[in-house]
Amino acid sequence: MSSIWVFVQEENGAPSTLGLELLTKARGLGETTAIFLGDANDENLATLGAYGAATVLHADTGDQLPSAPLAAAIAAKAESDEPDVILFGQAYTDRDVAGRLAARLGVGVLSNAADLRITAAGVETDHEIFGGTKIATASLDSKPSLVLIRPKSFPAEPGEALTPASEALGLPDVGSSAARIAETHVEEREGPQLSDAAVVVSGGRGLGSPEAYELVEQLGKKLKAATGATRAIVDAGWVPYAKQVGQTGKTVKPDVYIAAGISGAMQHLVGMKDSKTIIAINKDPDAPIFSVADLGIVGDVHKVLPKLIEALESR
Amino acid sequence: MKVVVCVKQIPDPATPYTLEEGTNWLIRPTEQVLDDGDRYGVEMGLQIAQANEGTVTLVSMGPAGNNQGVRQALAMGADKAVLIDDSELRGSDALTTARVLASAIKEEGFDLVIAGTESTDGYSGVVPQMISELLDVPALTYATKVDVGDGTVSIHRQTNDGYEVVEASLPAVVAVTAGVVEPRYPTFKGIMDAKKKPVENKTLADLGVEASAAQNVVSIESAPERSGGQKIDDDGEAHLAIISLLENRKVL
Repeated sequence: MSSIWVFVQEENGAPSTLGLELLTKARGLGETTAIFLGDANDENLATLGAYGAATVLHADTGDQLPSAPLAAAIAAKAESDEPDVILFGQAYTDRDVAGRLAARLGVGVLSNAADLRITAAGVETDHEIFGGTKIATASLDSKPSLVLIRPKSFPAEPGEALTPASEALGLPDVGSSAARIAETHVEEREGPQLSDAAVVVSGGRGLGSPEAYELVEQLGKKLKAATGATRAIVDAGWVPYAKQVGQTGKTVKPDVYIAAGISGAMQHLVGMKDSKTIIAINKDPDAPIFSVADLGIVGDVHKVLPKLIEALESR
Repeated sequence: MKVVVCVKQIPDPATPYTLEEGTNWLIRPTEQVLDDGDRYGVEMGLQIAQANEGTVTLVSMGPAGNNQGVRQALAMGADKAVLIDDSELRGSDALTTARVLASAIKEEGFDLVIAGTESTDGYSGVVPQMISELLDVPALTYATKVDVGDGTVSIHRQTNDGYEVVEASLPAVVAVTAGVVEPRYPTFKGIMDAKKKPVENKTLADLGVEASAAQNVVSIESAPERSGGQKIDDDGEAHLAIISLLENRKVL
């Protein structure tokens, strides 16, 4: 039986949804161990067990940036326990730990996977490329094989409740690789959150100006939706990074996604094209966003959105 | 201060990408462009070097072609470039890329290495972290703001719901997000000067690195397409179609 390790980070006091998605997948592939970055209290251990972890290796890096000490600790443990596969999410700290770990162990890593299968020599993974129009299948023959999986590739579902064995990972002193987290800032959050909202309204360059993003906010409020944005307007400084949907930002799969003034660059499509229903408003009839839209409106967002908001107000 | 900026030449993202039959490797034309995400790293490097009496060396791996992409970064103001181009590197994975870059960076010597967060053509998103491990220095990643002090560096590191202030001693690797600074446009003089700046070509043998071959593309298939939707021209009443669809989907 294959031995699968899964990196799970604590988020708001509990194992992250992304981590639970990966555990759900992993328990169908082999004997599953969670590498848990966070507080290994009874409740968190019970959650990790419920999603399939037979063993929990835990560490709390405190105010140290986790990547270097955690990669060193996992590498030491992996050299003695020899897991077949180590899964990470395509997420900030996951990428940092996986990158350092792969270099330390001298093994390959496959990024942006949407699915994986265990093979005799390692793993085989599927990747959406060219904005999701093609599926590339890649193979990695190394032990362990490291795979980074995009969020929302699998549902997070509890299974048979296991009581995991728990063990603290020893964190070595990483000397010249050390970095310290001096402050943590949470940006203002109100209303539904992007990753779990049933409806998402996003805006892009076609809005024309940062002020016009207010239309997106107003429509979002009317539909009790989370609001998102393309990389272009995040880079332009119109809205904060936390709102970015796409390859570099968040992956969303809401019931309804409304794209306002978004052309549909590959980078954006990857993050939202699996939404159940997509509505797009763009004045360019050839915009790529229309190829994934269930309802495409060829028109000016500055005309369509105010009318839509007004019509919703009068309901 | 010695600042090294990692840059990548990629096929123009505005053109459709094509894959080579058999290997499924991306076909790279002679004329490639500087990855747009790297302009931020180059600008950051130039600003830090200027404030600290430093130099900026570009390090890049990949088919040189006509060096157009690297020249773009030199035209912004970087002092020189080291380009590792070797036929053995075709189709190489993230770890090989990191080993090549780390080895070239070590040869150059560095106080600060700046890279983008991920490339626009490959998106593996782990190369800067691998370089850090190979150089045994901190990886300060997803930087939206960078401050260099006396032997130290401090960044704002983007998180899911905000940012962290992360501090470390130099030398270090900093991976910047687009938007960390506003990249300058090359001036006419910059473009002319760039033609005379040194671009050093190196091979794998020069660096003593071996390409790994653990990773392969097995197949490429067309993804199942979404069923074709309805596209209508706004005649002033298009918002009613949206409302009707929202009702149908029980959002209203």
